Amino acid sequence: METYYNPEDLQKFSTISEGAPELWKKFGEWYGAVFAEGALSEREKALIALAVAHAVQCPYCIDAYTQACLEKGSNKEQMTEAVHVAAAIKGGAALVHGVQMKNAAEKVGL
Amino acid sequence: MSDVKELCEKTGSAAPVRLKGEIENRFDDALAKAGLHPLTAEGVSVFQVNMGSVCNQACRHCHVSAGPDRVEAMSESVADECLSLIEANRFAVVDITGGAPEMNPSFRRFVSMAAVSGSHVKTRTNLTVLLGEGFEDLPSFLADNKVEIVASLPYYLKEIVDRQRGAGVFERSIEAIKRLNAAGYGVDGSGLELNLVYNPCGAYLPPGQRSIEADFRRELAKRHGVVFTGLFTITNMPVGRFKDFLESSGNLTRYMDRLIGLFNPDAARNVMCRTTVSVGYDGSLYDCDFNQMMGLKCGFGAPDHISRFDVSALGKRRIVTGEHCFGCTAGPGSSCTGAVA
Repeated sequence: METYYNPEDLQKFSTISEGAPELWKKFGEWYGAVFAEGALSEREKALIALAVAHAVQCPYCIDAYTQACLEKGSNKEQMTEAVHVAAAIKGGAALVHGVQMKNAAEKVGL
Repeated sequence: MSDVKELCEKTGSAAPVRLKGEIENRFDDALAKAGLHPLTAEGVSVFQVNMGSVCNQACRHCHVSAGPDRVEAMSESVADECLSLIEANRFAVVDITGGAPEMNPSFRRFVSMAAVSGSHVKTRTNLTVLLGEGFEDLPSFLADNKVEIVASLPYYLKEIVDRQRGAGVFERSIEAIKRLNAAGYGVDGSGLELNLVYNPCGAYLPPGQRSIEADFRRELAKRHGVVFTGLFTITNMPVGRFKDFLESSGNLTRYMDRLIGLFNPDAARNVMCRTTVSVGYDGSLYDCDFNQMMGLKCGFGAPDHISRFDVSALGKRRIVTGEHCFGCTAGPGSSCTGAVA
């Protein structure tokens, strides 16, 4: 069945370089530097990436960073907590906008 | 292939040679590109003896496909031949493996005689076997013989260990470690080494050895009050029961692509087969325990049985390779003593 998301398409990511190779090269270097060990460990960065992947609902990123988290030594408990952090922020972000709803309702109300 | 041949010429490497019946061996191509083809031994410092496939467990990742239903076991006469070779050659390391080698009737005699040979003797254990009837005194026996213990414990959480190794294995493993600690194993200053082995519980690669060792040390001490000397991370090889899992779960292609994509020439330079000879239960010789399980004996004219053992010839033999070898060369590499690069 055709679908917009095919797992094998992840392997084609680098074909994005076609047409803008310099930009791809810069992206690759920057991306690599971002995930290198720094003030945060590679494991912490992978967990952040996993949480963000869920927040932006990118199946490629979820696939890649589930694997990356496991390969950095995280376990399912830790990864599930990371996903809950993403869900809490997304849910909280939706809910806190309820204040805007209240403000708008207040403004048009008598 | 043409680009590989060209690179071989540039680097002075021999062109990859296919094994009989093997259509494609991308590992030889990778070696050639790195200027490492053909892969050859550099002496024999590790004499690894597989005492058979009999085991009290049937772990889902086991490359030996070991279990209680297996019958292959090293005979007393083959064990004696191995002991003669150990005495004659004084290998730096004698590494005893299986299956559960403790279940071989010759195990204790083999250990005690190897221990007086001057070689450093290590034995691999699944831990739970140490709790079995008739094996309870093994911790003190091994301690008396100053044998290093390399014990399988793929994670510090019960759920993960039991999923890979069977229900109840984690708790019994912890009990066995407590008994080993009581015998002095893993305790600072005792001189008795207890090294644990991590391997992934699935189709992914191990984390950094130092990083996960710190987790194990902290969590095992906090949760169970046990200690150990060090931790080895070992990549699951696409061999035996783990390969069956990869195939049945649809992960084989992706896993192999991952191993191949992470080929590390530095790891390839340090692969354990270059300094190891692996002996099968029937005395056959192999480049490593994985080749042993695939039935790939030492080749290219090197002796392939202990009855023809020639340390000089084996020490410069050409290694028999296959695509499974990518498991030892991915990222930081993998060996029976963990990462290599």
